[in-house]
Amino acid sequence: MTDFQQQALQLAAQQSSPHWLAALRATGADRWSSATWPTRKNEAWKYTSLLALQNDNPARWASVDNCAWQEAIDPIDVDATRLVFINGHFRPEHSHELPAGVVRFSEADAHQQQLIVRHLGKVMDSSQHLFGALSDAVAGEGVLIHVSRDQKLDKPVYVVNVSTPEAQPAMSSQRILVVLEDSTEAELIEHYVSGNEQQNLFVSSFTEVVVGNNAQIQHYRINLEQEDLLHVGGVHVDLHRDARFLGFTLAQGSRLKRIDYHVNHRGEGAHLGLNGVYLPRNKQLIDYHTNVEHRVPRCTTDEVFRGIIGDSAKAVFNGRIHIHQDAQKTLAEMSNRNLLTSPTAEINTKPELEIYADDVRCGHGATIAQLDETSIFYLQSRGVTRADAVRMLSFGFINELLNQVPEQAIQDYLRPRLTTLFGQQGGELGQMSYE
Amino acid sequence: MLSIKGLHAKVEEKDILKGLDIEIKPGEVHAIMGPNGSGKSTLGNVLSGRPGYEATAGSVSFKGQDLLALDTEERARNGLFLAFQYPVEIPGVSNMEFLKVSVDAKRKYAGLPELSAVEFMKLARETSKRVNLDANFLKRGVNEGFSGGEKKRNEIMQMMLLEPDLCILDETDSGLDIDALQVVADGVNSMRDGKRSFIVVTHYQRLLDYIVPDYVHVLADGRIVKSGDKSLALELEAKGYSWLENGEG
Repeated sequence: MTDFQQQALQLAAQQSSPHWLAALRATGADRWSSATWPTRKNEAWKYTSLLALQNDNPARWASVDNCAWQEAIDPIDVDATRLVFINGHFRPEHSHELPAGVVRFSEADAHQQQLIVRHLGKVMDSSQHLFGALSDAVAGEGVLIHVSRDQKLDKPVYVVNVSTPEAQPAMSSQRILVVLEDSTEAELIEHYVSGNEQQNLFVSSFTEVVVGNNAQIQHYRINLEQEDLLHVGGVHVDLHRDARFLGFTLAQGSRLKRIDYHVNHRGEGAHLGLNGVYLPRNKQLIDYHTNVEHRVPRCTTDEVFRGIIGDSAKAVFNGRIHIHQDAQKTLAEMSNRNLLTSPTAEINTKPELEIYADDVRCGHGATIAQLDETSIFYLQSRGVTRADAVRMLSFGFINELLNQVPEQAIQDYLRPRLTTLFGQQGGELGQMSYE
Repeated sequence: MLSIKGLHAKVEEKDILKGLDIEIKPGEVHAIMGPNGSGKSTLGNVLSGRPGYEATAGSVSFKGQDLLALDTEERARNGLFLAFQYPVEIPGVSNMEFLKVSVDAKRKYAGLPELSAVEFMKLARETSKRVNLDANFLKRGVNEGFSGGEKKRNEIMQMMLLEPDLCILDETDSGLDIDALQVVADGVNSMRDGKRSFIVVTHYQRLLDYIVPDYVHVLADGRIVKSGDKSLALELEAKGYSWLENGEG
């Protein structure tokens, strides 16, 4: 066991947690401590070093911080039911009253506890996900969204996870479970955010989603964090018959940010639509691993990830689609496009299609490109400098995906931040309203 | 306005322009016609400074300045405009933003303040009406999913907004039906003010029924082989280009 594995077990021991999570925690701790620590020789961690985490070796839980959070961060201005966590601690004073169907684990009634026990750590297979095992081992507080057949959530659920600076390396953990019964709908916005000060934080964040027959979730995971922070998390999804998961994710910041999307098509006719954007710069590292398991016939996957990697930053995109023998009539498309804006920027992209069925339509493409010279010339011929043309086109490359985000409030939140990121003149680009 | 003397240019190591001379005074409209491969489009690209189009000899003076010494964007800010034969689609960059950045760049160069978003939007809406383009096109990505005619009208709209001194229309008529051609021609004609000059590059005489030129030049094998007034275009329409290329003219 590495020092960090041992340290994390001690962190688990320091917590108080509900007795009904004991079995999950025990299994998690067992898997965590018996796992061989991954090195660059492990395929799943080939391009992403965990050294930063081992060196930090966080020895304590992040503290309760009574910060004026809206000054520390600027939340998304969305009409939603909001839950605010600061350093992993729930802050009721910043949160809204919760509607039926949304509850924190610590407040769950007997029925909800049963539901949590039934699904938590089950959608995610912690024997396959080391940091999932850690998350199980420290399971305690979290958010349950459960929409039963006779229920309807009037508003999206907006979970804001704020990080604030710690003096010594510390850890925080977030856990979300969504259970949508047949023909129900929900929208969940997960927002991980920090100020620009050095954080000294390791954030663990795992979300599991069960989408029942003909149910639908619109899911967002926005990660805008300070570049020194460490973050490992995942979104694990089970899709039943005709279920739909429509996702958008964006990541910026962090020395080490690893996010896994693991989606299981378990019922015929299920659909996954997932768009992602990663924008590491300076010395940041962002690693997206997606894995889609087509286990049954007639499911569809449409996955688009785009990245712009600048300075000496590094990105990893590993997109696996596994089409099992029985998954006939599968339609799966995956595209990953990357722009490198500096000679020292690095992208490791690996689309993996494993197909064991013979009647499927599957496509993938991965490109690493410079900007289109004809487009640059077109802008220059209208008086725009080359440098501005490059910025406009880079922004446009991402803005194409942003334009498809159904939640307007998220578009409005991200666009000015991204224009600032791309150093647009006056930040005006992309912000013009047309009314 | 524009004085081209003995211009030679090559594209990918191939000599395309081989000693081209042309003199354009303020307010004049010059049509340049010629068969495919004669160098018509190369001229517009060399004048606007497109990478890969290299002037190897000769001189180009634009408003008294050495045009070839300027970067593409400086040429544009100085009042040169090229309407593209194939306007580029740029998804993700809205037409409105693109137009505003262009107009502001030119205004800044001229020492004028940038337009406010409100002022610009008003101007852009009015201008889009002039080329019969729905204001919704302003919101869309630059030329994204536009039809051929819409792209060309978008070029003319840019020209109107940028108010250049010299406009080069590179086969703006290709692929347009009569209605679209009429709109484009009306737009161009509305900008003829006796000071602004135009180079109209075209393969077909038809455009010149709508945009009536002061001079017509025939380009063949990288040189002007014949110049005349608008009647030359009609002659070309009747007889084709071969009588000139074969030296029978």
